[in-house]
Amino acid sequence: MAQPLDRQKAKPHLAEEWVGKIYTLFCIAFLIITIISIVYFVASKGLSTFFKNHVNVLDLLTGLKWAPEGEPALFGALPFIFGSFSTSLLAAAIAAPLGFCAAVFMIEIAPKFGRQFLQPVIELLAGIPSVVYGFVGLSVIVPLFRDIFPGQGVGIAAGSIVLSIMILPTITTIATDALAALPKGLKEGSYALGATRWQTIYRIVLPTTLPALMTGIVLGIARAFGEALAVQMVIGNAPHIPSSLFESASTLTSAITLSMGNTAMGTAANNALWSLGLILMIMTFIFVFIVRWLERRSKI
Amino acid sequence: MQAFGMTVNDLSVAYGDRTAVKNVSLDFAPKQVTALIGPSGCGKSTFLRSLNRMNDLIAGCTVTGEIWIRDQNINSPETDVVSLRQRIGMVWQRPNPFHKSIYENIAFGPRYHGTKNKKQLDEIVEESLRKAALWDETKDRLHNSALALSGGQQQRLCIARSIAVKPDIILMDEPASALDPVSTAKIEELIAELKQDYCIVIVTHNMHQAARVSDKTAFFLSGEVVEYDLTPTIFTNPQRRETNDYITGRFG
Amino acid sequence: MKAKTVDKIATSVIIAIAALIVLVLAGLLGYILVRGLGHVSFHFLTSAPETIRKGGGIGPQLFNSIFLLVLTMIITIPIGLGAGIYMSEYAPSNKLTNAIRLVVEVLSSVPSIIVGLFGLLVLVNLFGFGFSLFSGALALTVFNLPLMVRITEQGLKGVPREQKEASLALGLSKWKTITSVMLPIAMPVILTGTILAAGRVFGEAAALLFTAGMSSPRLDFSDWNPLSPFSPLNPFRPAETLAVHIWKINSEGLAPDAGEIAAGASAVLVITVLLFNFAARWLGRYMYRKFTAIK
Repeated sequence: MAQPLDRQKAKPHLAEEWVGKIYTLFCIAFLIITIISIVYFVASKGLSTFFKNHVNVLDLLTGLKWAPEGEPALFGALPFIFGSFSTSLLAAAIAAPLGFCAAVFMIEIAPKFGRQFLQPVIELLAGIPSVVYGFVGLSVIVPLFRDIFPGQGVGIAAGSIVLSIMILPTITTIATDALAALPKGLKEGSYALGATRWQTIYRIVLPTTLPALMTGIVLGIARAFGEALAVQMVIGNAPHIPSSLFESASTLTSAITLSMGNTAMGTAANNALWSLGLILMIMTFIFVFIVRWLERRSKI
Repeated sequence: MQAFGMTVNDLSVAYGDRTAVKNVSLDFAPKQVTALIGPSGCGKSTFLRSLNRMNDLIAGCTVTGEIWIRDQNINSPETDVVSLRQRIGMVWQRPNPFHKSIYENIAFGPRYHGTKNKKQLDEIVEESLRKAALWDETKDRLHNSALALSGGQQQRLCIARSIAVKPDIILMDEPASALDPVSTAKIEELIAELKQDYCIVIVTHNMHQAARVSDKTAFFLSGEVVEYDLTPTIFTNPQRRETNDYITGRFG
Repeated sequence: MKAKTVDKIATSVIIAIAALIVLVLAGLLGYILVRGLGHVSFHFLTSAPETIRKGGGIGPQLFNSIFLLVLTMIITIPIGLGAGIYMSEYAPSNKLTNAIRLVVEVLSSVPSIIVGLFGLLVLVNLFGFGFSLFSGALALTVFNLPLMVRITEQGLKGVPREQKEASLALGLSKWKTITSVMLPIAMPVILTGTILAAGRVFGEAAALLFTAGMSSPRLDFSDWNPLSPFSPLNPFRPAETLAVHIWKINSEGLAPDAGEIAAGASAVLVITVLLFNFAARWLGRYMYRKFTAIK
């Protein structure tokens, strides 16, 4: 006697599958709605400076004077843009060679010591909160610079140093992964030809891992670009382009942090801050796309 | 216990554009062991994995044709795959016990399928382990991790796990290829034992094993069944030249 | 012999740099702990801050940080797990899924100050949650979710395919397979990652400035009714966290011992984050051993 293939009449597993699918779909939908609304709200607020307050985009991007509550109100954001770019690029310039050397040390020179000691150190550096970096920068680096260089010690130099330590873990981790993923034969071939370790690193390892290293550097720049409080604490917050690295300056994030609480929602001065936020967000997207482009290149 | 077989009609499997199995029709009789042999990449494992719709998991894999169990074509889209798989046990090349205790490994399936009673579960566990010839070795440590067992024991545990949900058919994908000779012999004994209750389909690389354990043998080559007959016939008097070449070791 | 000399110099430079990095961390931790720990006492950890006088503590801030962390994780973990499971197990491999992956990546790189701005606009003003723990927890959820999704996905991808197939072959539903077979195996990875994420949440400040707020009402620690405005448990009250407090006293602190308080608070923050780190490492190793134990 042939009994039906499905033993139970009720199929609890079908309901179960349905619940699982709906639940996970709901979660991912929440994530997508969140990102879409972030983009939408920041963009609509940021663009209102141009559409509602009729500020010229070019004036905002190239203007040198920031006086949103002055008469007439001036919305020159170039000092902030300059500050953001110069601190994050400088930070990357300091952190990139350090990170590469740390990676070489961990993979090529002392793998055992590196994994047991340097690796955890780097991970701990990544875990320290940014306000703590800011505090140490303010109480160690700034006074130090004040003693050595003319000025108050605050400025782009102090900001970049703090940022460089903050992004060092990002750069080092990616460089380490890239070096570890190199095929063994590649290096052995070079050693077999009589090249020294440094020659091998310089001629073989560096060029082959370059796209991956660049990925790490761009990720580091992106992180430095978006960092707010640590930079704000050591940069001085003067809204103009400084004439030296040791002179008070400002970044997009520091301007937003400082003034957002002191301006009323909906005013031109407040909208202008949202425009700075929009620039920040657009730069983030650009960094993400550069990283993706680099990742695709390093796969080939 | 009523025994069921399986009939496969014109089954083809493709990964994207690449056809792995071409128009295979086979009949698996109840209470018999059928061996699928052939060189690597001939499609025998792919074919086996289609029989319990395991290939559904692989993106881009399409299976066409009919697979009949009792009076149902299980390869139709309406089939409730989850219920279906309960009727078809599967054993893999490498033993893959769950990361749970020996007891839990066996009780996991039946409990899900509705047996909540502790005493009934205990009985199922004991019966399945006995059938898999593992009871004596494990009865004192049922609640220890299954991963602590040896490879051969793990594989027998996996067989016990699959018979605990009372399937009609058991599919085995090279069940002994990762084991030592002693464990292999035990698994082969076990297959002969299980044959009395189940329809067993076994993929194997080892022709001696096929000759020892199976009643019928299908020879696969490039995704097609070249020859399907009683095992003694295949090994002593093959009708096709390719079969003869393969079993005499001329290729593969 | 010139190549060999260059090689030696380069090697020494690399070793020196590695040493420098270790020194920087040692100096950083040493500085914070030496300067801060002297100030940390039971009184400091439990009493309220002073605005202009000496001797203020960080009690409410510490409480706020912990409460906010718990709230955030309660919201983040179920959503993050769900979304991670979707990405790893349910998402079909097509263009839409790739787009979702890009979206998650973008969200993970949005600066936290932007998340804070979004929170200010949408949570605080539009939804009317005000400057509150709840707004802060939601903002931190947004900030933390991509990480949680990635951790879950990573954990599930590490589950051997045979384990999943074995469960499905027994006739278990996909959902039951994920929750009873795959998640337990992925648990060490997920748990370790979650603890590290919690450490990140604990130290985050920028996303909180404009969501949880920069002030705390005078808390009445004898009032445990979550609906009362002065109850510490009320999720709809403003709450300055430890990290925000450090930032605030550094930029506008008036108390004469502001530097010491900042140092003490930093020490507490860093020690907590270190504890999270060690807990994650230890737990990861412990669970790995437990799961692969050969008894």
